[in-house]
Amino acid sequence: MLRFARNDRGAWLVLLFPSAAALLWAIPFAWMALASLRQGSAGSADIASLLPAPPFSLENFSDAWTSGHFPLWYGNTILLCGGILAVQCVTVSLAGYAFARLRFPGKEFLFYAFLLQLMLVPPILIVPNMSTLVSLGLYDTLLGVMAPYFASAFGVFLMRQTFRNIPREYEEAALVDGATRLQIIFRVLLPLARPGLAAFAIVSVTSHWNEFLWPLMATSSPSNQVLTVGLASFTSGAEAGSEWGVVAAGTFLVAAPLLVLFVLFQRQFVESFTYSGIK
Amino acid sequence: MRGETVSEAATLGRVAGERSARQGDLAPTRRRAWPRLSAYLLLAPSFVFLIAFTYWPVLRVLASSLTVHRFGTATTIGLSNYARLFADPHFGGAVFNNLVYAAGTIVPSLTLALALAVALRDSTRFTALLRTVIALPLLIPLVAAASLFIFIFLPGGGLLDHYLARLGSGWDQTNWLGDPSLALGSIIAITVWKNTGYYMLFFLAGLAGIPNELIDAAKIDGAGPVQRFVRVTLPLLGPTLAFVLIIALLNVLTQVDHVIVMTQGGPSDSTSLVLYYIYQQAHQNNDLGLASAATVISVAFLFALSTISLRGLERGIHYET
Repeated sequence: MLRFARNDRGAWLVLLFPSAAALLWAIPFAWMALASLRQGSAGSADIASLLPAPPFSLENFSDAWTSGHFPLWYGNTILLCGGILAVQCVTVSLAGYAFARLRFPGKEFLFYAFLLQLMLVPPILIVPNMSTLVSLGLYDTLLGVMAPYFASAFGVFLMRQTFRNIPREYEEAALVDGATRLQIIFRVLLPLARPGLAAFAIVSVTSHWNEFLWPLMATSSPSNQVLTVGLASFTSGAEAGSEWGVVAAGTFLVAAPLLVLFVLFQRQFVESFTYSGIK
Repeated sequence: MRGETVSEAATLGRVAGERSARQGDLAPTRRRAWPRLSAYLLLAPSFVFLIAFTYWPVLRVLASSLTVHRFGTATTIGLSNYARLFADPHFGGAVFNNLVYAAGTIVPSLTLALALAVALRDSTRFTALLRTVIALPLLIPLVAAASLFIFIFLPGGGLLDHYLARLGSGWDQTNWLGDPSLALGSIIAITVWKNTGYYMLFFLAGLAGIPNELIDAAKIDGAGPVQRFVRVTLPLLGPTLAFVLIIALLNVLTQVDHVIVMTQGGPSDSTSLVLYYIYQQAHQNNDLGLASAATVISVAFLFALSTISLRGLERGIHYET
């Protein structure tokens, strides 16, 4: 604050460069918004213009909605993100607790073993994981898409860190009252660990909402398509007909939920992401 | 606050190196009654999935890369998949493209991210708005970014060519994705647009961890802005920089969604990256031998990267206070 006051003009000069960058960065979003609202966009030369041209219409959105299978894609994506997150919450809480509070032989080795998952992300292992899905009978099921993410090294680290910051008195008191370990984890610690869990949920949902290659590989029937996979086939269809307004509307439908959440809960998002680094 | 979070992220490496996390363990007296088995039981749910989808696949892909099919169903063990892989000019091309892609995305996006973080360090409403805009692309799927950029790069009528024509430049009929000499550059541009904001968040967090007193002290000693940045800020950002670099390297090898949607590796293989090559061999050519061998090479690279990064992150702890 002080530095800002001392050197006002300099500070504004410094902001010229990021302002220019932000303008440039905003262009794809601005185009998406304008083109999706443009009336009668098909084949029009104005479609490339970044100037708002009223009257606006929702025609492109209704076209996109009827030509794509958005209700199905939304449903599958929500199921995917929700299913992964629900199982992860259990696995990362249990393992996070073990690493935070218990002492056992091989702890360090096991911790390294967890760490590996940060690097060996599913996209790189599509070939062998496909074979595994086939032999488990999970190929072309949403459960198969979810399964590789049920364990999360990042989640375990995060929960371990979160549990460590909770004073031990809470557990001691519960222990004295005769609570079991699982009761302690789920009834005492987890409610106190809510900020850590929320941070994890944000990172987990964002990365799975946006994922493409693995769901593309692990499913084949249209009824199992998620938003990203749907959007890819939708785009190539609408693109062939030069229906750019419809492409923009479809893209908007896919991206909007997270963008809205981000703008509403920006601080939480930013803190979660910087917490994470690795998804 | 944010500085803490990023150094926390940097501790991921360090905690693994701890001999034993003593202060986190319960005092042994009463807890010894609780059998050690329980610790393993708590880890078991995670490990079932780690084994099935992280460790086992590594072994499986190693085995299938060494399995050579002969005369229909007969198989032998051998290196011929690797021989074929290294002899395949498409693979060599993908590795080369991936190196260009790595340099082309990492250098500009890290430089930009650092510069933006320094410029937007002070928190006002205006800087918060600029940060939000620049961070926005990290929230959308890479395929959604690809959908937008397919139009932006459309030859003639697309956004870029439209405005290049308005500006009267001779580039207004450029086929950004269809010209083999430009396509990889266009793919790089999307990646920079998509990832710079993400990296900027880390630098902002790292900068927030640097005490103002240090910078003020340098100022009192007569250091100019450039000197302050090079002598004070940059060295203190070392661990953050190392961390971001590792994430960026990981992204370079594991994200090809835009290639699949926009160019399918073309034109003339100019945008084929290693993971795209793997996808192509597995998905389109059904050549599991080549796909497996290429996967093993990628996994080996990631193993090496994680070894180096663990060390790098461990070194990072010296900056923590």
